[in-house]
Amino acid sequence: METMNKDELKLLIQKTNFAIIDTNLYLDTHPNCKKALSFYQEQHKLLQSALHLYQKKYGPLTIYGVNDTEKNWSWTDEPWPWQKECDC
Amino acid sequence: MWTYIKMLEYPVKIKTTNAKLATAIMSQLGGPDGEKGAATRYLSQRYNMKNGKIIGALTDIGTEELGHEEMICAIIGALTKNLSMQEIEDNGFLPYYVDHTIGIWPQAASGVPFSTATLQSTGDPLADLHEDLAAEQKARLTYDNILRLCKDEPDVYDAIKFLREREIVHYQRFGECMRITQDELDSKNFYAFNPTFDTKTQCTSSPQHK
Repeated sequence: METMNKDELKLLIQKTNFAIIDTNLYLDTHPNCKKALSFYQEQHKLLQSALHLYQKKYGPLTIYGVNDTEKNWSWTDEPWPWQKECDC
Repeated sequence: MWTYIKMLEYPVKIKTTNAKLATAIMSQLGGPDGEKGAATRYLSQRYNMKNGKIIGALTDIGTEELGHEEMICAIIGALTKNLSMQEIEDNGFLPYYVDHTIGIWPQAASGVPFSTATLQSTGDPLADLHEDLAAEQKARLTYDNILRLCKDEPDVYDAIKFLREREIVHYQRFGECMRITQDELDSKNFYAFNPTFDTKTQCTSSPQHK
């Protein structure tokens, strides 16, 4: 994880976040499934570390992930998710 | 994307039912200046803003409006909990009850269903921000009208007063968004061009733009 670039780390967060969304949905109607419970724990742990690393290096993904103390508030820095960075 | 936080933005502690008040407060869910319309308006408009700060304000205010929608639903739920048939018939709640029992359905106090016809997303930052400033004032005055109706219900009054205050804060932020937008326009003629439509991002070396 430490050696990943910005895009790789973002993709890991998207994958892990989706795993949590889908596992949560399954657990809503299968609250006793041990296998799903432990998969959730594992993915949650992975997401926490990936989020921590990403937000420290590249800026906040949620309003609870802002690390600014002296420099300007970075929450509104562009790009927003639908703004494509010019890849030329 | 969004995630949900399992708590209200501000506590709602209503112990007594009041069908009449529920019908009035419902307007702030599905009425012309209600919270659902506010969230829809801001979260739709943000895609055509050209400044990160304004996209941020619309995203954050739109998100907060979703939380306000939840508070209004919690208030309506508390005011209609365990209503007797007598209370339903005596307080003008009968027309709503026939279609929805005590389910939560977005409509205005008048019974008109929620509609996006009461809001705009124009693709023009100045027009949208003027609309947003007006929207916050209309929601504020609706809360003022509701507050006059619940002077004897301190628990309802308290939650509504919080929501009213947020309209004023949002109005202030949108005023700042307006200033930021105007600072980036032609000071001699703010309407000389639409920054979203008339100035396209130049990307000269990309094949599809050649």
